[in-house]
Amino acid sequence: MEQVLSQAVLVGIITSAIRLATPYIFASIGEAFSQTSGVVNLGVDGIMLVGAFMAYYVVLKTGNVWFAVLAAMLVGIAMGLLMSFISVSMRAEQGISGIGLYMLGLGLSSLLFKVLVGSVQTIEGFKPLDIPFLADIPVIGEIFFKNSLPVYVAFLLIPAAWWFLEKTTWGLKIRAVGQNPAAADSLGVDVIKVRYFAVTFGAVLASLAGASLSTALVNLFQENLTAGLGFIAVALVYFGGWKPVGILVGALLFSTVNAFQLWMQVLGVDIPSDVAVMLPYLLTIVALVAVTSRIRPPAALNKPFDRGEN
Amino acid sequence: MSNSSSPAQARITSVEMRNIVKRFPGVLANYNVNFDVKAGEVHALLGENGAGKSTLMRQLYGLYKPDEGQILVDGKELVFNSPADAIRSGIGMIHQHFMLVPTLTVTENVALGLSSTREPMLDLDLVEKRVLELSKLYGLKVDPTAYIWQLSVGEQQRVEIIKALYRNAGIIILDEPTAVLTPQEVNDLFAILKKITAQGHGFIFISHKLHEVMAICDRVTVLRDGQMIGTRSTEGITRDDLVKMMVGRDVKPLPLQDHPEGEVRIKVAGLRAMGDRDAETLRGVDLEIRSGEILGIAGVSGNGQRELAQCLTGLRRASAGTILLDGEDITHMPLLQRMSAGQAYIPEERMQDGAIREFSVQENLFLRDHSAPENTHGIFLNFKRMEQRTREVVKEYSVKTPTIETPIKNLSGGNIQKLILARELSRQPKFLIAAQPTRGVDIGATEYIHQKLLEQRDSGTAILLISEDLDETRSLSDRIAVMFEGKIVGIVKRNQATVEQIGLMMAGVSMAEAMK
Ligand SMILES: Nc1ncnc2c1ncn2[C@@H]1O[C@H](COP(=O)(O)OP(=O)(O)OP(=O)(O)O)[C@@H](O)[C@H]1O
Ligand SMILES: [Mg+2]
Repeated sequence: MEQVLSQAVLVGIITSAIRLATPYIFASIGEAFSQTSGVVNLGVDGIMLVGAFMAYYVVLKTGNVWFAVLAAMLVGIAMGLLMSFISVSMRAEQGISGIGLYMLGLGLSSLLFKVLVGSVQTIEGFKPLDIPFLADIPVIGEIFFKNSLPVYVAFLLIPAAWWFLEKTTWGLKIRAVGQNPAAADSLGVDVIKVRYFAVTFGAVLASLAGASLSTALVNLFQENLTAGLGFIAVALVYFGGWKPVGILVGALLFSTVNAFQLWMQVLGVDIPSDVAVMLPYLLTIVALVAVTSRIRPPAALNKPFDRGEN
Repeated sequence: MSNSSSPAQARITSVEMRNIVKRFPGVLANYNVNFDVKAGEVHALLGENGAGKSTLMRQLYGLYKPDEGQILVDGKELVFNSPADAIRSGIGMIHQHFMLVPTLTVTENVALGLSSTREPMLDLDLVEKRVLELSKLYGLKVDPTAYIWQLSVGEQQRVEIIKALYRNAGIIILDEPTAVLTPQEVNDLFAILKKITAQGHGFIFISHKLHEVMAICDRVTVLRDGQMIGTRSTEGITRDDLVKMMVGRDVKPLPLQDHPEGEVRIKVAGLRAMGDRDAETLRGVDLEIRSGEILGIAGVSGNGQRELAQCLTGLRRASAGTILLDGEDITHMPLLQRMSAGQAYIPEERMQDGAIREFSVQENLFLRDHSAPENTHGIFLNFKRMEQRTREVVKEYSVKTPTIETPIKNLSGGNIQKLILARELSRQPKFLIAAQPTRGVDIGATEYIHQKLLEQRDSGTAILLISEDLDETRSLSDRIAVMFEGKIVGIVKRNQATVEQIGLMMAGVSMAEAMK
């Protein structure tokens, strides 16, 4: 074990962990917006898949990553509006509509992939972007400052999301609507509009999470590329107590275990690979059980709003 | 939307509602109602449960749209499509159930929905400054940095008033503001209302307590079954006049006779329990209730009354001490078993703990006893009998409902209360716990409920009465136990202590000291 965990390997694990955390951060922060406003969106994984495919396909055809980002954002807006319409306007059971959205995303992305692409082809996505000077610092530079753009954006998203939710008028509305929509309504806040915004913005981040996976991390697409990553992202929101910093901790913990597991396989350490792959998921369950008693979800989570007049 | 720090623009000085008609399926909630308020006055809106008071006010605040009629603000006709419109026109409303976000601070609650001077950033520092100004100007003591969940009910109400004043409301609606307050808090509220009216604001005041209406209001309008009975000045009007207008007949307070006491039915010794916030809120309670006796608990809310009731019902675990029912230890007996041992409970949070909003009147009435032999034919429910019994109860308790199949979420607040009371009182328990039995209930029904409680007492039930209405506690209880910080400060016989003496004990003064 000792020589396996040499400094080079440690640096490798941490570097991978930072990169692997990227899609989790995007998706979880997005889900945190949605849930803070009172809407559980279980369709994250489906949105990610469609976003991942569209971004991948655009790069495949145009070679332009910026068009890919745009395409992913449009996917997010469309699927976010769909989720909002079903669960906010039509007041459908959120868990069910989320699962429906997931199935839709899974099916749609597979279909499009089969029809438009057919076989697995790699693309040239986001290139590593060294931060001047900082990238030259030994070890630290290697780990933190030689990543691709989406990785940096993901980490900047944490303080940005905190700032938005805690310091802006819209953030206050989102928090209020998720706790006591009737109170917000009585002050003239448009509950429906705020929830539409939060759910759709969350879906855009989910779609970008998918895009970061297909155009920055693995540079390819295949059926069910995310393999349930979006569901882990939902769990991380609970783990993080609906707070961006908590979510960051959760995402890093999860990606570190994942990176460790990958490296162990690469180095040929003798653990059955199925067991290794299970490890991060097992960890999620254990971690959730450990923190669940201390967390308090938004009081109006999962509760559709209507003013009470027939 | 108003700007959070701009100087006050001209404030509105009058609101008028003309010929308002509002129908719900099967109910005529308001019919040709005329109502007006002016700056500088408090105008009471009176009426029995379901008379249409809340409905009328919800239309003035933009929550419902009138089917017919007009709303005029400063003489100009306006149409409100949402509360935002009403707020913009200078109308504020403080609801029967507070509209606050518990996880946000006072300042954040005030700022919610306002545009900021530094859009998109919040300007909480400016809001906080203005909140402190308002709080000083009107004597509304409150800490702007506190979270709502940390505040007492009285403080939360002050936050609601500040919210309305901050939005420059000229006319403010108060829907049963005193129902949840202790007597001291009511006095504080009245002092504040006087100060605010003197500064040129107007209030609409809804209450079922007539002495409050007489004490604070200038004019009073009475509704009955959605129709307007009339508007009077409170000058020279008596309580009996008002009752007649509301109910259509006289309702007199009950004469109370002493009653021979029976055996000790409930004996509580050294009872301790934890509260919701991980602190011990019951700290060694000893008391006895005899068969045929009403023991009233007096105390400022939050001194352990709720926990005591919950321990006695079995909804909360006692950490120490014993509860004996007819000599049998029931301290750790589960709720259901206690009920079959002859215990009944009228919960304080009747909407949450006692009823299912989507279920019909009949279904709610038989939630508990649906499997009792008289309600079944073998494994089937005896719907005929249940229906008949429901009709009886609805009539007896004058529960206002279009049909017995109506889901109770469409009933007025007070009528839901009456229904649950009816359910619990129609059993013949050995031991009855009644928490705030007449909160939000109109005067006719209050009389009826009091009468029922006394009937139960006379037939031998031991009753624990927990009420924040000291008048109620004093007029019904054979003995009054005063609670403070989780302990019983002292137990006095009816008429043994004055209101002031009980008040002193409620503030923690020892019995010996208070009775001097
Ligand atoms: N949303 C609704 N749908 C159907 N019926 C309703 C609705 N809201 C109120 N009602 C009915 O309108 C009538 C008036 O109710 P309202 O709540 O205005 O009474 P209230 O005077 O405020 O009574 P309380 O003193 O009990 O609060 C009641 O019969 C009630 O059942
Ligand atoms: Mg009402």
